[in-house]
Amino acid sequence: MSKPVDYLERSRTQYQALGYPPYQWVHNSDRPPFTRPAKAVADCRVALVASGGVYLKGQVAFHFKDDSSYREIPRDADYRDLRVTHFAYDLTDARADPNVVFPLQTLRELAADGYLGEVGPRAYTFMGGIYSSRRVREELAPAIAERLQKDEVDVVILVPV
Amino acid sequence: MGLVARELEARGIATVCLTSAYSITAAVNPPRAVFVDYPLGRTAGKRDDKLNQRGIMLDALAALQEAQQPGTIRTLPYRWGDDDHWKDSAMRPSQRSADATADDRVARHAEPQYQFPEDRDAAEGHLPRP
Repeated sequence: MSKPVDYLERSRTQYQALGYPPYQWVHNSDRPPFTRPAKAVADCRVALVASGGVYLKGQVAFHFKDDSSYREIPRDADYRDLRVTHFAYDLTDARADPNVVFPLQTLRELAADGYLGEVGPRAYTFMGGIYSSRRVREELAPAIAERLQKDEVDVVILVPV
Repeated sequence: MGLVARELEARGIATVCLTSAYSITAAVNPPRAVFVDYPLGRTAGKRDDKLNQRGIMLDALAALQEAQQPGTIRTLPYRWGDDDHWKDSAMRPSQRSADATADDRVARHAEPQYQFPEDRDAAEGHLPRP
């Protein structure tokens, strides 16, 4: 396997070539908080959080200018009603098969087959690429975490793009 | 995304982040992550490949169970193709000429960006048009 693409370095190069100041990526050098799962995954309620810009038909779509809102997608959502919109990646595969950025159907099937206890009642989606990490830290992250606590989930899988 | 994971773990919910951008995830330093060496926008698997998609989810859940150290990033053994040519052009701006770099990023509008025009009617049909 060749080396991973260094997107930090490539975005620095791109911004520099365009004459912009460098994008300020988040750097955390502290020890992250750490919670061990309380039970086996086969007994856990597992929820999905994804930042690929997924919305459900009938919901207002995300916009591209520092959108820090989120959408709730019910666990039994019809996959044909899922939509994907984003400024930062090639949407071809995600629009053809949303599981590649939003594996809700995959999780439903794994739950049906007994690999996990159940899927959380709602998945949460938002847009990545929010310039203000402060808004993510102080507004978006606590709002989503609060909802997931109310949903009484044990485990969360997070899928960025 | 790592910031959401950190918030969840601080509240007692175990998490695992998928990522295809190793350096960005290493910088954000989430509690647990699994690295899938695919192009951005395919981190949870290849299109229409259920076996591959299930494998990635199961590997992510196994990593969640097994990680002993906060900040662990486990590299999963998946490859996008027989060669890694896709890595050459990933997030590299196209060159219009030797000395001009094209800004091929998408414009950042504040209006909702619907995949289909009829989605707007489904979502906003009851609202007056601007």
